[in-house]
Amino acid sequence: MNYDQKILEPNESVNMTDSATTAMNTESGTPKMTARHVDVFYGDKQAINDVSIDVNMDSVTAFIGPSGCGKSTFLRCMNRMNDTIPIARVTGEIKLEGEDIYASQMDVVQLRARVGMVFQKPNPFPKSIYDNIAYGPRIHGLATGKEELDEIVESSLQRAGLWGEVKDRLDDSGTALSGGQQQRLCIARAIAVDPEVILMDEPCSALDPIATAKIEELIHELRGKYAIVIVTHNMQQAARVSQKTAFFHLGTLVEYGETTDIFTNPREEKTRDYITGRYG
Amino acid sequence: MTGATLLFLIIGLGLIAWFFGRLKAAGMQSGGKHSRSALHSLPNYHGWYVALWAILPAAIFLAVWSFASPALITDAALTSPAAAQLPQDAFARAAILSEARAIASGNQVNAFNPLSQSMVEPYRDAITYYQMIGTVAALLLVFACGVYAWLQIKPDLRARTKIERVTMLVLLLASLIAIVTTVGIFLSLVFESVRFFSMVSPIDFLFGTEWNPKAVAGPRGETGFGAIPLFWGTVFIGAIIAMIVAIPLGLMSAIYLTQYAPAKFRSWMKPILEVLAGVPTVVYGYFAALTVAPALRDFAVSIGISNASSESALAAGVVMGIMIIPFVSSMADDSIAAVPSAMRDGSLAMGATQSETIKKVLIPAALPGVVGGVLLAVSRAIGETMIVVMAAGLAANMTANPFSSVTTVTTQIVQLLTGDQEFDSPKTLAAFALGLVLFIVTLLLNLIALRVVKKYREAYE
Ligand SMILES: Nc1ncnc2c1ncn2[C@@H]1O[C@H](COP(=O)(O)OP(=O)(O)O)[C@@H](O)[C@H]1O
Ligand SMILES: [Mg+2]
Repeated sequence: MNYDQKILEPNESVNMTDSATTAMNTESGTPKMTARHVDVFYGDKQAINDVSIDVNMDSVTAFIGPSGCGKSTFLRCMNRMNDTIPIARVTGEIKLEGEDIYASQMDVVQLRARVGMVFQKPNPFPKSIYDNIAYGPRIHGLATGKEELDEIVESSLQRAGLWGEVKDRLDDSGTALSGGQQQRLCIARAIAVDPEVILMDEPCSALDPIATAKIEELIHELRGKYAIVIVTHNMQQAARVSQKTAFFHLGTLVEYGETTDIFTNPREEKTRDYITGRYG
Repeated sequence: MTGATLLFLIIGLGLIAWFFGRLKAAGMQSGGKHSRSALHSLPNYHGWYVALWAILPAAIFLAVWSFASPALITDAALTSPAAAQLPQDAFARAAILSEARAIASGNQVNAFNPLSQSMVEPYRDAITYYQMIGTVAALLLVFACGVYAWLQIKPDLRARTKIERVTMLVLLLASLIAIVTTVGIFLSLVFESVRFFSMVSPIDFLFGTEWNPKAVAGPRGETGFGAIPLFWGTVFIGAIIAMIVAIPLGLMSAIYLTQYAPAKFRSWMKPILEVLAGVPTVVYGYFAALTVAPALRDFAVSIGISNASSESALAAGVVMGIMIIPFVSSMADDSIAAVPSAMRDGSLAMGATQSETIKKVLIPAALPGVVGGVLLAVSRAIGETMIVVMAAGLAANMTANPFSSVTTVTTQIVQLLTGDQEFDSPKTLAAFALGLVLFIVTLLLNLIALRVVKKYREAYE
């Protein structure tokens, strides 16, 4: 993938030519995605109120907050999955490497190939493991032949830490795997189209602790290769996997900063109340 | 007193019993306004308890009595002196007796046979006698059982439990009626078919290729009961032509309705399609015979098929397919809607377009359900009668030419059973054998279809 000319925000200093080099060159973290003054409405009801946030390439960003505060809603704005909800309306500006993703010339198909998503409940297609992974590369025409496709499938499964467990049963149905394996299959499926950002909406909430630990380990390994945003209701998980944490409350972004700061020394009263378990 | 009057009387007494039962139970409801009732069940249940005790045994007795009493009445009439003159021949005897009985019970005025007239008096006496016994016994039962139940009423009588048990039994009986009837129909089909197969070999019937039923066998023993042309016609119209029309159109309509249609349009369209599924098939038959068939024939002639018949497989099949579109569409709609939306979101989030998502994820995922729906549709199509009777014709042709006339199993059943026929000629009995084949095939199709659909539903639990 090649995105030559980028419109840079004034405070962006590093000239990005390739997502991979961006990952290596950034120290303080150049925003991969930026959101400014985003409001989201479901019909007349406002679910997100004036949220501005930057998502970096080199860190895992966690969205935390009480349920119903709009974490999923905001996450779904970042790859325009809210387009599938007829009553949802998004205003404000969200940019991916400086390109406005809500601009009319933005192709949603391209956007979603660049910003992948993993859902709360593992949702493998009722196809073989191989076809699950090959699904994205096929629709985006990423492989020219069978061998190339095989390679993509293998490397995606390897990155998702699933290759060893499934390499002898690629023809089995994806739905026959265990819950944790299914979720890693979904992550592998997202990786297979070589995205720049991976959005995860409570990816472990349907899994047992061992499967959860595996996913967390996987997130560690994927960090730096992709900009990762993870929604979680589990604060220990946020503390374990993320470097940046955003605390949402009632549709607003209350506080956003280094995870260690948020958990040890929050600026806002509300954040402290939430992480000390006083409400939520 | 006639049976109906007696029944109403018993029900009336039952209501009175209900009243007394309730009254007694209500009297036992002690304590102040807000204290818990001392009764186990509400007074109403006690009322019903007494009422059912009063009505049910008497009603059951009457039912048994109405089966048993005719034999008793005949026996009694035969002991009368007039019976001595009856002929010994069982057939003549039975004719006279039935005439006498008809006159005695007021269904007939004059006797053709003077002997019958002489039997009327003994019959009348016997009928009156047994009716009286029945009436008295029934009323006695009402009183005895009613009083028994009434005496049983105590605060701790579990009337509610008992009433609920009776209710459940009634519901069970209701659900059994359909099954028992179907089994009865099946057995009668089997019985008549066995008689048919004692005259015509099953091999000739199932594998013979000449359908030209005659009452008597031809010179070489051929009977003209080879049903293959009918089976072929049925499959050709119902499973091939109709499905070529119904499957794509039904599927496309379901895809449009579930995936693209605005909610408002869908909320209009779905009920309309469901109403269409209830249009009597004779209406479609008119359409097939009067509009589609002539148009198709003209079309066939215009493209140079000179032997095109005005009754064609194509006309019947196409109209049958159209008739079945709502059915296929609604089954496919259900199957597609049953695919979890997570599947659709997963595909869209990969950057697939809506049509890619439909083609590569939704339809494959919904396929088993769709296949089940199609099998059910086929089973409906091959059992469909009116359209083929009106539009497909009677000629038992074995042809794949859709413009020629073919005939189906159902058409031939109608053909064999209408008109003057002896009831036990092979021609008539053949209708039962055809019916049996149809019954078994549709039953199997339904079984397979339901299995497939069930398996599919389980996959998305
Ligand atoms: N599809 C929808 N239609 C209408 N309202 C919605 C929809 N999805 C979410 N909401 C509302 O938006 C608010 C935020 O929901 P959500 O983003 O799912 O919260 P979270 O993920 O933080 O639990 C809630 O009040 C919810 O009721
Ligand atoms: Mg959520």
